Amino acid sequence: MTARLEIDEATVTYRQPGRRSLTAVDHVSLSLEAGEVLGLVGESGCGKSTLARAVCGLEPLASGTIRFDGEPVGKLGLRPRESRQRRIQMVFQNPYASLNPRRRIGAQIEDARAVAGRDAAPVERLLEQVGLEPAVARRYPYEFSGGQRQRIAIARAMAAAPEVLIGDEPIASLDASLQARIASLMRDVALEQGASLLFISHDLSVVRVIADRIAVMQAGRIVEEGPTDRVWSDPRHPYTRRLLAAIPIADGLGRLPAEA
Amino acid sequence: MSGLRIEDLRLTIGRSEVLKGISLDAPGGVITGLAGESGSGKTMTGLAVIGLQPAGSRVSGTIAFDDGDAGVPNLLDLSPRAMNRLRGRRIAMVFQDPTASLQPMLSIGTQLTDHVRHHLHLDKRAAAARAIELLERVRVPDPENAVRRYPHQFSGGQLQRIAIAIAIACDPAVLIADEPTTALDVTVQAGILRLLRELTDDLGLAVLLVTHDLGVMSAVADTVAVMRFGEVVEHGSRYQVIREPRTEYAKELIAALPHTPAPGAGVDDEEAR
Repeated sequence: MTARLEIDEATVTYRQPGRRSLTAVDHVSLSLEAGEVLGLVGESGCGKSTLARAVCGLEPLASGTIRFDGEPVGKLGLRPRESRQRRIQMVFQNPYASLNPRRRIGAQIEDARAVAGRDAAPVERLLEQVGLEPAVARRYPYEFSGGQRQRIAIARAMAAAPEVLIGDEPIASLDASLQARIASLMRDVALEQGASLLFISHDLSVVRVIADRIAVMQAGRIVEEGPTDRVWSDPRHPYTRRLLAAIPIADGLGRLPAEA
Repeated sequence: MSGLRIEDLRLTIGRSEVLKGISLDAPGGVITGLAGESGSGKTMTGLAVIGLQPAGSRVSGTIAFDDGDAGVPNLLDLSPRAMNRLRGRRIAMVFQDPTASLQPMLSIGTQLTDHVRHHLHLDKRAAAARAIELLERVRVPDPENAVRRYPHQFSGGQLQRIAIAIAIACDPAVLIADEPTTALDVTVQAGILRLLRELTDDLGLAVLLVTHDLGVMSAVADTVAVMRFGEVVEHGSRYQVIREPRTEYAKELIAALPHTPAPGAGVDDEEAR
């Protein structure tokens, strides 16, 4: 089986005026199979969001390649993107910023359905998939809470019938009681439609619940990658161990997590 | 023992009853955790204690603040002037996002000492010495230089340490900490939680810790109050509330968490029992 998404030695650098250029993503290689959920974890500044942006063409690569179904993903420019590559869709961190406040939910989902063409699922079906009423389509984003907006953003991404769905910290701005629920929802809707999911988060304990494989990123590099259970129960890289040890556990015992 | 005793605290904004009669003890030397989903009233409880509830809200009930020799006033009966004398001095607060709670245009030294000079009438030299002492206390590296720097020159974790230093600068009896680690990475969070525990024990602070993260709650809170729709539905020791919750809602809240212990995290579950 060939990978749906193949990231090969991808490097992204940022020029900084008056300073050395910064390598945000440093020779990263990862692959995502069809119907697979890959969790990408790391702390702020490790380059995980930059990598996500590169995958959908929002950041140019300094070197290396990113291939989607064998075809290189180009930098997104002013021209419309090659239609095939619109099957990569993204759910962003902040649903308050990613939805257009001036347009009805239904209209925003319709736009994404146009990408899918004949494959497009009906709006009601898309909303139902994320646990929302069909009547939501006539309303505006401001009428919804953060969690509901993120459900809408997921419905919109799925409307384009994506083959690769990327979530860039999609749960970071949500309530704890919602985080696991929305993460699982993303996994379910992606897999149901046969899409692969690249789920990016700084929260290992949530990623663990939904990912088949986990990749751990530190300072632009992938330091460890493997099946979720293995990474969780037998972390090999010292950084992964540090991350795991720092998670406070709700066991009621008053144990302070280890300091880095 | 100093601390807070809240009785039948009610807060209404317009027609909506945000707090519906909360009763809660928060003694000194103890971290009292307030848990619950957003909209449950946990933040509003903290704001009512420090008198920062939204303009136009009506508050009733009792927030008895036992301030040792200074008496046991009901904070809700105090004049705005009297409350101003307590706020920032005897009752302090740390917010979720230190990049928003610190003033970007003022040096750390100024922000650490303005209220100290105002409340404790220290002269410039004494206040500057106090600033350095505080930064040492919260373990910000190189305090002598740090006081001359500005917020943008620090990381989020360092800024939260500085915000905590500002809060404890006048030696408060009560500290409200509203989601103090939510904006931080887990490894940085661990350091802040240790600091919070240490300060509570050393200074005898009565801490009201507002957080939605039951892992954080379990690590540092001594007692946990679970809130929902403006009421405390359950309040007990952290062990009881997290391991043996009595109410359906607390059970649901805990079941919603991906809380299986990580192997790297120390003692495993078997051993702990």
